[in-house]
Amino acid sequence: MVQQLTTGERQNALVILVAVFVAGVAMAAAGGSDPLGVHGVIVLLFGGGLAALVMRSYYEPEPTQDRPSHYYDDPIKVGIALTLAWAIFGMFMGVWTAAQLAWPDLAFDAGWSTFGRLRPTHTTGVIFGFGGNALIATSFHVVQRTSRARLAGQISPWFVLLGFNLFCILAVTGYFMGVTQSKEYAEAEWYADLWLVVVWVTYFVLFLRTIARRKEPHIYVANWYYMAFIVVVAILHIVNNLAIPVSFGQAKSYTVWAGVQDSMVQWWYGHNAVAFFLTAGFLAMLYYYLPVRAQRPIFSYRLSILSFWGITFFYMWAGSHHLHYTALPHWVQNLGMTFSVMLLVPSWASAGNALLTLNGAWQKVRDDATLRFIFVAVVFYGLSTFEGSFLAIRPVNALSHYTDWTVGHVHAGALGWVAFITFGSIYTLVPSLWKRERMYSPVLVEVHFWLGVAGTLIYVFAMWNSGILQGLMWRTYTQEGTLAYSFLDSLVAMYPYYIARAFGGLLFLIGAMVAAFNIWMTVRAVPATLDRRADVPDTGLAPGAAATPAE
Amino acid sequence: MAELFHRKLERTAIGFVVAIIAAASVGGLVEIAPLFTIHTTVEEAPDMRLYTPLELAGRNIYVREGCYACHSQMIRTLRDEVERYGPYSLAVESKYDHPMLWGSKRTGPDLARIGGKYSDFWHVAHLTNPRSVVPESNMPAYSFLARTALDTEDLSRHLRAQRSLGVPYTDEMIANAAGDAFGQAAPDSPFAAGVTQRYGEKTQVSAFDGVVTQLTEMDALVAYLQVLGRLTDAAYSNTAVPEQAPNPTN
Repeated sequence: MVQQLTTGERQNALVILVAVFVAGVAMAAAGGSDPLGVHGVIVLLFGGGLAALVMRSYYEPEPTQDRPSHYYDDPIKVGIALTLAWAIFGMFMGVWTAAQLAWPDLAFDAGWSTFGRLRPTHTTGVIFGFGGNALIATSFHVVQRTSRARLAGQISPWFVLLGFNLFCILAVTGYFMGVTQSKEYAEAEWYADLWLVVVWVTYFVLFLRTIARRKEPHIYVANWYYMAFIVVVAILHIVNNLAIPVSFGQAKSYTVWAGVQDSMVQWWYGHNAVAFFLTAGFLAMLYYYLPVRAQRPIFSYRLSILSFWGITFFYMWAGSHHLHYTALPHWVQNLGMTFSVMLLVPSWASAGNALLTLNGAWQKVRDDATLRFIFVAVVFYGLSTFEGSFLAIRPVNALSHYTDWTVGHVHAGALGWVAFITFGSIYTLVPSLWKRERMYSPVLVEVHFWLGVAGTLIYVFAMWNSGILQGLMWRTYTQEGTLAYSFLDSLVAMYPYYIARAFGGLLFLIGAMVAAFNIWMTVRAVPATLDRRADVPDTGLAPGAAATPAE
Repeated sequence: MAELFHRKLERTAIGFVVAIIAAASVGGLVEIAPLFTIHTTVEEAPDMRLYTPLELAGRNIYVREGCYACHSQMIRTLRDEVERYGPYSLAVESKYDHPMLWGSKRTGPDLARIGGKYSDFWHVAHLTNPRSVVPESNMPAYSFLARTALDTEDLSRHLRAQRSLGVPYTDEMIANAAGDAFGQAAPDSPFAAGVTQRYGEKTQVSAFDGVVTQLTEMDALVAYLQVLGRLTDAAYSNTAVPEQAPNPTN
C-alpha cells in the first residue's frame, strides 16, 4: 500500500494525517465531556493510527518507474475489504434491531442499545458503510478500465476512501451516544457533514480528472451514472444538512429548515438518496459488470440514454410522495405522485435493457451463480421500482404509509437489488483484481446466492403481510361506525411477522459472512495466475489490451 | 439528431456534469422554493406559543433517542386517522420545529396530539417500563432518563441558536432559560411564576416525574410529550372535512 507511494507522497500523506490528528485534538479540547469530545478522540486516533501505518513503511523502497503503466488497484482492494466489514456490521445491526421489535428486552435496559439509537447504525452501516464503500471501490475500478487510464492521483483515492470511512465511523459511533439530527438517512451531525463535503469534493475532482485522462473519446455509460451519483449526492447532502450548531464545542445543531419546508427538503433528500446513492451508482455497476460477466454488449445504447436522463430528471420530483395526506400543500403531493408514476418508464427501460443484454446468455445465468446474482438484482430492481410507483399513488399510499409495507418495499430494493448487484459485482471483480483464476469456492457462491434469495423473500413477504394487515386494521370500521381495532390490536398482530422478518434478515447476514469468508480465502489460498500484462492502462507505450465492454 | 447531440455530450465531462446539474435541479426548485413564498402554505395561528426551555430540552431527548423512528407526529387528512388521533395536523403546528418530526413509520401510535391524553404519572411509568402499563408493547424501556440529571446550563445557548433561525425567543426568555426549565418542573418554587408569565397561562407547570428536588431528563421528555398538539388550538377550529380513504373492506 504505502510502498506504492514515492517519498514525497508519503510526506504529503503524513502532513494530511497529522492535520487530521490535530483537528481531532482540537475537537477533543473544545468538546470536553460533550460527545463532540469523544469524537475528537476518535478522529485523533484515526489520524494518528494511519500516520503510524505510513511511518512503519516510510523507509521502504520507492515504487518502480513503471508505476504509471499499471492501474491503481490498492485502494480498490482495501475498499472491498471495508465494504464486506460494513456489510457484516450493518446487517448484524439490522438483525438485532429486527429482533428487538419482537423481543424488546434485547435492548438490555441500557440507553445506547435501544431501537431508536440502533436503527440509524443499521441504516448508515448498510447504506453508507456497505453501499458507499462498494460504490467508491467499484467506481475506482470501472473508471480506470473504461477510460484505460490510471486514477489521477496517488493520495487522493486513499483520502476519499478512508475519509469517507471516517465519516461513517463518526456517524455510527455518534448514534450510540445519541448524536443525531433526526433526519432520516442524514442523521450525522454538522462536523461529520462538513467533513463529508471535503471528502466528496475530492472524490468529484479525482473522478473528473481521471475521466479527463481517458483514451476513449466517449465517456462510458457506467461513468455517467457514477458522475450523477457524485454530483447530485453533493447537492442533496449540502442543502439537507444546513444547520446551526448550538456552539462549536457541542455536537448538537438545529437544522435551518422548519416544519413543512423541512419535511419537503428532508424527503427531497431522502428519496433522492435512494435515487442517486442506491440507484444511480448501482446502475453504474450494472452497466459495467453485467456485460463483463455475461460477455455480451449492452443491448441498447438508446435505451441507456433514455433511462439515464429519465432517472436524473424525474427522480428529483418524486420525494413528496412520502408526504401524501400530510400538511404539505396538495399541489406538491400531486406533482410527487405524477412524477413517481412516470419514473416507471426510465426504471423499466434500465431493467429491460439489462434483461435483453442477458438474452442469449441464459445458460450462463443458469450455471454461473455470480451472473445469477446480477440477474436477480435486475429482477428485483424492476419489481421494486414498479412497487415504488404503485405506492406513490395517493389512495394506495393512504393504506401503505406508516406501515411495514414501506419497510418491505425498501428492503426489496436494498436486499434484492442493491446488495445483490453489489455481491455480483464483487464476485466478478475480486478474481480479476487479485489476478486469481476463480473464486476460492464456487459452491460457497451458490450457498450465498440461495441464502440471499431465501432471506430476501422471507423478509419481503413478512413485511408485505404485516404492512397490509396493519394498514387494513387501522381503517376497519365496525357495523356501528366505530373503529374496529385499537392500535395495540394491530401491534399484537405484527409479532409473528416481526419474528419471520428477523429470521429472513439473519439468513441474509449469514450469506454476507459466507461471502466475506470466500473472498478472504480467494485472496489467501488461490494462486495468482492471471496474466498481469493483459490488464493495464493505455499509456501510449504498452498495447492497450484492456477489455472494455461495448457501448 | 438527439442521438448525435448526445454523442457530442458524451465527449465532454464538464458539459455532461453541467447537464446533470441542470436536469436534477428543476424538480427541487419547483417543489421547494414556492413553499417559502406562497403564504397559504403555513396557516395563521395567533395563539401559537413557543416551546419552553424544558419542552425544548425534552424535544432534544426525543430526537436523541430516535423516538421518531417509531412514532409519527403527523395526523393525515383521513377519516380513520382523525377519529383515532384527533384533528389532522396543520403546517402551522410545526412551524417552529427545527427539524420537523413528522416521522415516516408507526411501530407505535402517532403522537401529534398525545399532550394531555395521559397523566404525567402514566408517562413516567410507561417510559420507565412500557410493559408495566401496556403488557403487549414492544417499546424499549427508558428507565435511565429518570436517573439522569438534565443539563440546563447551556439552554440559553439552545434558545439563542433557535432564535438565529427565526424562532421568536425574547432576550428575557434566553436569559431565564435555565431557571424556567427548573421552575416548570417545580410548581411551588419561586421560578414557576416566570414560566407562565413568559410562555402563557396554558403552560403546564408540574412535577412531571414526581420529584421536584432534581430536574431529570424524564421531566423534560414528559413535559415535551404533554405539550404535543397543544401549542395552538388552530387545528380544532379548522372545519375542513377529512377524506374517506377508499376502503376495500366495507
